[in-house]
Amino acid sequence: MSSFLKVDNVTMQFGGVTAIDSLSFEVQKGQIYGLIGPNGAGKTTIFNIITGNLHPTKGRILLNGEDITGTKPNKVVYKGIARTFQNIRLFKSMSVLDNILIGFDARAKYSYFEAILRLPRYFKYERELKEKAYELMEIFGISQFADYFATELSYGNQRKVEIARALATNPKLLLLDEPAAGMNPNETADLSEIIHKIKRDFDLTILLIEHDMKFVNAMCDSVTVLDYGEKIFEGKPADAIVNEKVVTAYLGDFTHA
Amino acid sequence: MNKIVRNLILIAAVIAFIIFAQNTIEPYDLRIINNIAIFLILALSYNLINGVTGQFSLEPNGFIAIGAYFTAIMLIPTETKVDMYALVDPAPVILQMHSSFLVAIITGGIAASFIALLLSIPVFRVRGDYLAIVTLGFGFIIRIFAINNPEYTNGALGLNDIPQTANLYWTGGIALVAFIVMIHIIYSKFGRAMKSVRDDEDAATAMGINTFKMKTYAFMTSAFFEGVGGGLLASYLSTITPDQFSFLLTFQLLIIIVLGGLGSMSGTLVATILVMGGMEMLRFLDEEINIFGLHFDAHPGMRMVVFSILLIVMMLFARKGLLGDRELSDIFKRKKSR
Repeated sequence: MSSFLKVDNVTMQFGGVTAIDSLSFEVQKGQIYGLIGPNGAGKTTIFNIITGNLHPTKGRILLNGEDITGTKPNKVVYKGIARTFQNIRLFKSMSVLDNILIGFDARAKYSYFEAILRLPRYFKYERELKEKAYELMEIFGISQFADYFATELSYGNQRKVEIARALATNPKLLLLDEPAAGMNPNETADLSEIIHKIKRDFDLTILLIEHDMKFVNAMCDSVTVLDYGEKIFEGKPADAIVNEKVVTAYLGDFTHA
Repeated sequence: MNKIVRNLILIAAVIAFIIFAQNTIEPYDLRIINNIAIFLILALSYNLINGVTGQFSLEPNGFIAIGAYFTAIMLIPTETKVDMYALVDPAPVILQMHSSFLVAIITGGIAASFIALLLSIPVFRVRGDYLAIVTLGFGFIIRIFAINNPEYTNGALGLNDIPQTANLYWTGGIALVAFIVMIHIIYSKFGRAMKSVRDDEDAATAMGINTFKMKTYAFMTSAFFEGVGGGLLASYLSTITPDQFSFLLTFQLLIIIVLGGLGSMSGTLVATILVMGGMEMLRFLDEEINIFGLHFDAHPGMRMVVFSILLIVMMLFARKGLLGDRELSDIFKRKKSR
């Protein structure tokens, strides 16, 4: 059985700087896979390569055996990959409902003229997708905020909106860039519960970047540790925290975490 | 259901006002209302690309000029054209172009829209300030083209004796249509996509939105109505020259949409009435004034000074314009839901 997502020998150079050096790892279907490492290790760069924002200098990205290297970012979504951002990037002037509807909009099959003339298909899809958006918000427990502006919500809830928005595109692979960053322990616990739930309900494979080792330990089936663009460890998260190389990379930061 | 009834009542009220105004209001006041209607069409469409989609561009004078010239050429009778083109003989194609008023203004709109399609390929490769500069250049090119190609445009002399078909039925009616079209776009997946491009282009891309396509849609729609508005302007004024479509026209529209709130169509409506109506209402400032026994001499241009001060004060107290990026109906809805 081949892997679901395969990062195959990827190298990314910015000018003379090698951000990622011949990195390979494989994510199996249904896994929650962690990508960890100190600041500047190249974690977000890998995300940007998978989502097509960056074109790797060398190497390939395979999704379900299909080569998706260099697919445009807006097309990658239709291959079934959705992402969230490290610093939450919601659409600030729009309501929570509209933010989530944007994710569904690819499935609204009405044309520009049908929208202008308000033909029946417009009403059909708008009603249908609005219902789906409410269902999704219900799962995240944010449906009472539907009419609020995204920026009026608490940090934790904004993160939920962002994940819900990504889920609305109907992905098979979800990329979460530091989902628990800046959250208090309660919010983090809440978040891990939701991630487990959506993974089950939506039959997802999840790749996440995280600093919080407790969170990684609780969440991930498997991790890859990066340092200066190189893989220094791959395996179970519990083994990662006792690995000498990993500890050195983090300067012992999490031995007492 | 309630909302549909409310909207139908509003539309009926606007139509009733148009019929009433066209038949009873004095010619001078009617002229102001016509002006407001035409500028409303222009400002609404400009707001779609600048406000809703957030692409700060400065080209509407170019599209308005295209629409105005197409309409003018198609409306002026052939015999008149032969006499009017004083500098050089008109090109044969100019003599052949002739049609009814509706076809003429729609052709103007489609021509502007088509140019917008061609223009979108180079201009949307750049963002922000660069986009503003590139589009500003386009406005200049159109004006210079009009001056230097007298066989098509009669050069700097411009075109006159354009049949004055446009009245409030046309201007007001098309303004109403433009408003409804804009609102329908905004409250659809296309409107959401355009707003998402404005708020965060990278995040919009990550949601599967083809940002170039959305910008082009907004640009073409905007150009279409600017072309139609230009056609109405040409027919209403019955004379056009290239200098009428200078950057100042764009600037006037920019004042309106910024004052009303970038991205808010109802804000644009309010601001158009305030700016175009206000300019007329302040006209008394240009004449001599006697108050409390004090006598002030006439200072032509005083109203512009006062008007500018009023604008500055307004922008100080309402940074994001009168309505920000929200519509009037949103504000009422939110009040109720809290």
